[in-house]
Amino acid sequence: MELRSKVPSGPIDQKWTKHKFDMKLVNPANKRKYHVIVVGSGLAGASASATLAELGYHVSCFTYHDSPRRAHSIAAQGGINAAKNYQGDGDSIFRLFYDTVKGGDFRAREANVYRLAEVSNEIIDQCVAQGIPFAREYGGLLANRSFGGAQVSRTFYARGQTGQQLLLGAYQALMKEVHSGQVKLYNQREMLDVILVDGQARGIVTRHLVTGKIEAHLADAVALGTGGYSNAFYLSTNAMYCNVTAAWRAHRRGAGFANPCYTQIHPTCIPVAGDYQSKLTLMSESLRNDGRIWVSKTEGDDRVPGDIPEDERDYYLERMYPAFGNLVPRDLASRRAKDMCDQGKGVGDTKLGVYLDFEDAIQRLGEDVIEARYGNLFEMYERITGENPYKVPMRIYPAPHYTMGGLWVDYNLMTTVPGLYAIGEANFSDHGATRLGASALMQGVADGYFVLPYTIADYLAQAKLDPVAEDAPEVRGTLEDVETRTNRLLALDGDRTVNSFHKELGRIVWDECGMARNAEGLKSALERIPALRAEFWENAKVVGNGESINQTLERAGRVADFLELAEVMCLDALVREESCGGHFRDEHQTPEGEARRDDENFTHVTVWEHTGADGPPREHREPLEFEYVPPSQRSYK
Amino acid sequence: MRRVYSLYGTSVGKKYTMAVSGAIFVLFVIVHMFGNLKVYLGAEAFNHYAEGLRSFGEPFLGYEWFLWVFRVGLLAFLLIHTVAAWQTSRQSWAARGDKYKKQEKMVFHYASRTMRWGGVALLLFVVYHILHLTTGTLHPDFVPGDAYHNFVTGFRSIPVVAVYAVAMIALGLHLYHGVWSAFQTMGLDGPRIKKWREPAALLVALVVVLVNLSFPVAVFTGILQ
Amino acid sequence: MKLKLHVWRQAGPAARGGFVTYETDASEHMSFLEMLDVVNEELEEKGEDPIVFDSDCREGICGTCGMVINGRPHGPWKRTTVCQLHMREYKDGDEIWVEPWRADGFPVQKDLMVDRSAFDRIVAAGGYISVRTGSAPDANAIPVQQVDAEKSMDAAACIGCGACVAACPNASAMLFTSAKAAHLNLLPQGQPERWGRVLDMILTMEAEKFGTCTNHGACENACPKEIKIDVIAMLNRDYMKALLKAG
Ligand SMILES: Cc1cc2nc3c(=O)[nH]c(=O)nc-3n(C[C@H](O)[C@H](O)[C@H](O)COP(=O)(O)OP(=O)(O)OC[C@H]3O[C@@H](n4cnc5c(N)ncnc54)[C@H](O)[C@@H]3O)c2cc1C
Ligand code: HEM
Ligand code: HEM
Ligand code: SF4
Ligand code: F3S
Ligand code: FES
Repeated sequence: MELRSKVPSGPIDQKWTKHKFDMKLVNPANKRKYHVIVVGSGLAGASASATLAELGYHVSCFTYHDSPRRAHSIAAQGGINAAKNYQGDGDSIFRLFYDTVKGGDFRAREANVYRLAEVSNEIIDQCVAQGIPFAREYGGLLANRSFGGAQVSRTFYARGQTGQQLLLGAYQALMKEVHSGQVKLYNQREMLDVILVDGQARGIVTRHLVTGKIEAHLADAVALGTGGYSNAFYLSTNAMYCNVTAAWRAHRRGAGFANPCYTQIHPTCIPVAGDYQSKLTLMSESLRNDGRIWVSKTEGDDRVPGDIPEDERDYYLERMYPAFGNLVPRDLASRRAKDMCDQGKGVGDTKLGVYLDFEDAIQRLGEDVIEARYGNLFEMYERITGENPYKVPMRIYPAPHYTMGGLWVDYNLMTTVPGLYAIGEANFSDHGATRLGASALMQGVADGYFVLPYTIADYLAQAKLDPVAEDAPEVRGTLEDVETRTNRLLALDGDRTVNSFHKELGRIVWDECGMARNAEGLKSALERIPALRAEFWENAKVVGNGESINQTLERAGRVADFLELAEVMCLDALVREESCGGHFRDEHQTPEGEARRDDENFTHVTVWEHTGADGPPREHREPLEFEYVPPSQRSYK
Repeated sequence: MRRVYSLYGTSVGKKYTMAVSGAIFVLFVIVHMFGNLKVYLGAEAFNHYAEGLRSFGEPFLGYEWFLWVFRVGLLAFLLIHTVAAWQTSRQSWAARGDKYKKQEKMVFHYASRTMRWGGVALLLFVVYHILHLTTGTLHPDFVPGDAYHNFVTGFRSIPVVAVYAVAMIALGLHLYHGVWSAFQTMGLDGPRIKKWREPAALLVALVVVLVNLSFPVAVFTGILQ
Repeated sequence: MKLKLHVWRQAGPAARGGFVTYETDASEHMSFLEMLDVVNEELEEKGEDPIVFDSDCREGICGTCGMVINGRPHGPWKRTTVCQLHMREYKDGDEIWVEPWRADGFPVQKDLMVDRSAFDRIVAAGGYISVRTGSAPDANAIPVQQVDAEKSMDAAACIGCGACVAACPNASAMLFTSAKAAHLNLLPQGQPERWGRVLDMILTMEAEKFGTCTNHGACENACPKEIKIDVIAMLNRDYMKALLKAG
């Protein structure tokens, strides 16, 4: 597997412009002859489909949802970053670039990050023109807030529903093209494989979730905007259906998978209530602005929070990080909460939680100010837990939230398979080892609106793309593979439900490859996961048939892929003998318990190659260079 | 023509025509009510008013011309209103082929649920009412030209009063929802209108029902002889 | 708590459905859908087909979930989708009826899952602002009054769940259609295409087997995002204006 990043030469602020000029174009009359498949209708997929169609390509857009608007991008709350500097507080493209590289703990490709920062401004223009009702100031100009510890206010937002509004904008643009016939929309279709002809991606195989029909769809190129894999942990803030299948199937056909161990744990989620729990709910990070985090100083303290006197409370973040207090970055806040619970100081019935207390803030500012700031979050909390956070402190706990790892792509967003692209959270590209708040949305739309539509032309204009017959051996072969696998799943008639496997897998990944990892745990996971996978294929039970809606079958296919992915996640975590960003190895920390990077040995992207059903994954490396932002250790003391 | 077609071609347009015709009925009912109040001024005044309706516009218009124009207009609107009600109702019935098997009382006005059958009741009432007090066909003691006499004797029978009472309840409900609804349908919901439209609907409905019911009550209690 | 559930089971769009009764033991901390998950787990263990229902985000934002519980779309809690309804609401011994959205515009696909693609077609007909990627002027070039942005956002908050149709005695899609139109019609960016959008969206809505609005307001009561029927008045008004402008 060859990893050519194809980063253009020249100074960083001219690379993208130069590249756009150097790339081959497809002339307007010829665009009609090309057909592109986009899998996914999230921010990345919908924006790419709409833009490609506008440019004149024929597009087929696939989603397993009943409507493109349901993609998980809809759930993003906080906002989207851009270097507009509308606040005049000294922001610039370079600063956004700088913050993102640094935020990613020096494990992202500089050129990609710079391009992201560069197009961020165009994103806001585009979105506003589409009618996205961003928050405004009294004067009618756009409002911004600061987010995720940034020193400038560069986050644009639409109440707590930014992802929803951005997605609706992209969805509307997509539906316009569906109406005009330029995009053909395939909803309730799950992509289950990529069709390769002469080594090039030429189509996909899907299953119609309502009729069960397995179909091949052919095209000249395929782009995957299929989201992240946080659900490998079973419980995460991702939606129930989020999965890795599309990316994983592509991986099995030759696409390298980069940095699978880079996962982000969000510190402020509502804790698990019981083992029937199906997913976790994120509470906005902004709560940490006014809430104080604490636990009891005594282990196993069963008193209700109100009965614990002030001097028996441990405001541990304020104690350990006096400068940042409750506002330390996500990974620190998450890890410290876990430490407290590991020490037996956790709160709530499950003892997996810490208090986030607004009592002081309410006393200082009054209940109405707090209500104005966080009213809807408090309401949501009360709906879920039945507790009133104005009266008793909230309980929070970290939860998996975002995956920085994903399909490896070059500067053009092409995977290691020619003609196969990955966009949005599905690729590994821009966030390095951890992601800053409000940057995922930015990357999703940047890829879809502003990058892929240009870079794909370069490929289409040059690639040799002979017509593929519908019954070509490659097409029939891939169809058969999918049918065989589906039938194999349907034939499973053991004793355990599919869900119980997913739960058990999630436990392993969370315990051994979650907030903190160590060699011993990872090695044990690397034994338990293959065993669990073997048991799955022996002892899982899939009820129902393949000819109609069968949610058990859908889940089984996804869990089977998670069972493979999880192993590579742990392997990746094991070989990365350093701590960086979301990847924290117990063995690699400073005496104060901070992450310790090893720039000398690990300034690279780890890319895994699939070597066949039983072969071990093969490791490849893409070295990273930092010309513009010299690596430094972060410190929050 | 295309505009008219598009106007009537969608349910939104049909509803608009219902709102306009409905609003005209409301005005008619109110004016009619004031006219009928003249009955309290005695036979002469009332008969003069009834005669006035017929000779209105003379000498420019002929006798009863105005009244006929008026009747034709009302009838046309009634036709539109009824046909649109029929068509939109059918569309809605078809839209829920499968009914809910378990239905809790949904949260909305009782009045809004009675519009269709209440409307039918009103239609029947108007037919009966015209046969009763305008043509006298169903009036046992009808004296052409003596509106006051017909009025007062008309309400001396309990079944007749019962019909009127039922009709007035139907009318009240239809007005209560209809007046408010017409504003909504015509998109009249400025901040000030919005504050007033529901109380106004209630007021119109109450006043019309109470005043109209006062007539038979007055006949029975002997206030009107 | 022990509960008796009567759940609508229907094998496919053309199949005849009926209620099937299940008994389950639920915890008050569960969400309603988690309660159903547990019922499904037990069904699967017994080798029976689990109840098909759709849900994704489970935090009230994606609009995927939806079922009618004891005659109420999304169940009894205000401002709440069914995925956010929690079992605290119920007590030991309760009987609960669960049905799909019922509207000809939303044919049942299986059990509690319905096909809401009609909503997508309404949006496709005109629920967008045409702007070629990359051709937009600077975002601050057109100021938008804060009140307009807020009102537009109120309408834009619609999650496309379809509860309005499910609740409406006429199975009318007016609240959804109006919300989608109002979101764009309230903004300066939405003006150039306003009248065409209104006509096209209404004509498409008409073609999708929904009923007519008679201003019941049940939709507003069921809407988890509190979309107000004011948007319906606005669409009615815009329709008349659109007819005048379209000629
Ligand atoms: C709770 C939450 C809050 C967040 N808040 C923020 C925030 O404030 N700011 C920010 O920047 N980021 C935020 N994020 C992250 C951000 O929302 C996501 O990273 C981003 O939206 C991902 O977009 P996407 O287009 O790549 O994928 P998605 O939106 O997940 O879309 C995936 C699409 O692929 C389709 N798909 C997947 N697999 C298949 C298949 N096999 N066959 C067919 N279709 C398939 C799906 O149907 C879907 O349409 C948040 C994330 C979460 C979970
Ligand atoms: C001929 C018999 C009638 C029938 C079948 C009928 C039926 C209906 C129906 C089905 C509606 C729509 C329901 C709704 O909007 O909620 C309606 C609305 C209305 N009706 Fe009638 N009606 C009749 C007579 C009348 C009369 C006599 C009046 C006046 C007194 C009237 C006034 C109204 C008004 C004001 C509306 C509201 C229009 C709107 O909501 O847009 N109707 N009618
Ligand atoms: C108790 C209440 C009412 C009384 C006492 C009353 C009385 C009368 C009288 C006396 C006439 C005959 C007038 C004439 O021919 O000179 C009349 C006509 C009429 N009334 Fe009423 N009315 C009442 C309620 C209503 C209502 C509620 C409606 C409509 C919904 C209505 C509709 C009409 C119509 C359409 C005519 C015929 C007008 C014409 O064409 O000459 N009336 N009414
Ligand atoms: S208007 Fe409300 S009820 Fe209707 S689809 Fe939108 S959010 Fe759901
Ligand atoms: S309930 Fe139905 S009748 Fe109209 S106001 Fe709502 S759509
Ligand atoms: S599952 Fe997303 S709104 Fe309920």
